[in-house]
Amino acid sequence: MPDKPKVAFYWCASCGGCEEAVVDLAEDILKVVEAVDIVLWPVAMDFKKADVEARPDKSIAVAFINGAIRTSEQEEWVRMLRRKAQMVVSFGACANSGGIPALANQFKKEEILKYVYEDCPGVDNPSKTRPQLETVDQGRTVTLPEFRNMVRSLDEVIEVDYYLPGCPPTPKLISAAVGAILAGKLPPKGTVLSPDNSLCEECKRKDSKPADLALAEFKRPHQVHIDPEKCLLAQGLVCMGPATRAGCEARCPEGNMPCTGCFGPSSRVRDQGAKFISSVFSNIAPKEEKDIDAVLDGIPDPIGTFYRYGLSKCILRRKLN
Amino acid sequence: MSKHVEPAAPAQPGQFEPRIVAFFCNWCTYTAADLAGVSRLKYAPNVRVIRVMCSGRVDPQFVLEAFAKGADGVLLGGCHPGDCHYAEGNYKTLRRMRMLERMLRDMGIKDGRFRLEWISGAEGDKVRTTVNDMTAKVRALGPLDLPGKFAEWDKEIEELEARVGSESAPEVAHAR
Repeated sequence: MPDKPKVAFYWCASCGGCEEAVVDLAEDILKVVEAVDIVLWPVAMDFKKADVEARPDKSIAVAFINGAIRTSEQEEWVRMLRRKAQMVVSFGACANSGGIPALANQFKKEEILKYVYEDCPGVDNPSKTRPQLETVDQGRTVTLPEFRNMVRSLDEVIEVDYYLPGCPPTPKLISAAVGAILAGKLPPKGTVLSPDNSLCEECKRKDSKPADLALAEFKRPHQVHIDPEKCLLAQGLVCMGPATRAGCEARCPEGNMPCTGCFGPSSRVRDQGAKFISSVFSNIAPKEEKDIDAVLDGIPDPIGTFYRYGLSKCILRRKLN
Repeated sequence: MSKHVEPAAPAQPGQFEPRIVAFFCNWCTYTAADLAGVSRLKYAPNVRVIRVMCSGRVDPQFVLEAFAKGADGVLLGGCHPGDCHYAEGNYKTLRRMRMLERMLRDMGIKDGRFRLEWISGAEGDKVRTTVNDMTAKVRALGPLDLPGKFAEWDKEIEELEARVGSESAPEVAHAR
């Protein structure tokens, strides 16, 4: 029997939703399993680091890596997988642009550790003990990975060949990507494996989007009875569609929820949040500073709204503090 | 035009000289900067002026990019409200820059590093006072130095890269 291509899945700072998305391939996963040999998949199969380390360099055809990078252990793993794999696919919003974990880049490492180990309600830690990189216990040294100063996207740590966007990527995109890899029909290196236009282009509500939004107020989804046909922006909801890449088939707007931007931007956009500010806020109704500010007050958390999945890819990279 | 022309404060030796990127609209503020020039008004040499057709052409991405490339301040100049050559361009600028200012504040960029001013083609003197004032304020804030900060942040991963790259990479007990 000829050797099947070897595939590795790995997770870093992630929630497990990307793994769930692979399982969501449903019966199609059987075709994948038939076509490849899975050599690493911590969520589902029992392989150890030593098993992967023992493989020759470049012997794995593809490594799918999800999750953002926060610890030294994650850095070591992804560097090892980069050596062992011919191709690395950055899988999902966290690996691509930091995702939800990257919202922690609004805080200093010390602020986070202090909150988690001292100030968080429910923490009972009078001696203020914190995990140490090295601890000697009964003559044995135990170690922990280092918690880095910031959350990084995968491509800030290793070279990435392709990106699958989404929180998580949809089974359809995953299938298409796996099919393209197996068939060797891949676009140029560095491509995001999803259509390169804005989400509005595939949204069923597109025709009701007015040329001039002229918004007088922003509302949150629980504050309005949402019209299921009309453009969500036109209803005063912050829908990230204009600054977000297509490919999910506008599932959230179809479910009557505004887009939160998990696919990241299209190739023409450098900074998703800044581009969203550019496109939507120039079209609010008022002309006087005081009235403009009143409309903007409807967005209490600009960073969490515009960079919900992409703070690692903000041009400024993190909060300066 | 003002007769009592004050020169920009002379540079002190060793004093921090901020770099300010200025986006001036073709029809008003850039013309005003031209007027300041032909009127021989002296102002701080800290601005690098980029002419754009309209302040509404300035995407918030440009402002972030200027900071990321090493600007200590970004100044944006356009026509007064109601005077825009393209009717509404400066209103679009005002709205999106009010939002950008909120975002910059949340990202820890101090107030004063970004500034929006309406300067008409006749206000050569306002170019001078605005540039001098902004230069003094940004000088007081000190260097922003994002390129330096980026390099500093990246050190922690470069250190590990060097360690992992060497053959004697330490065995990591926790990951077994």
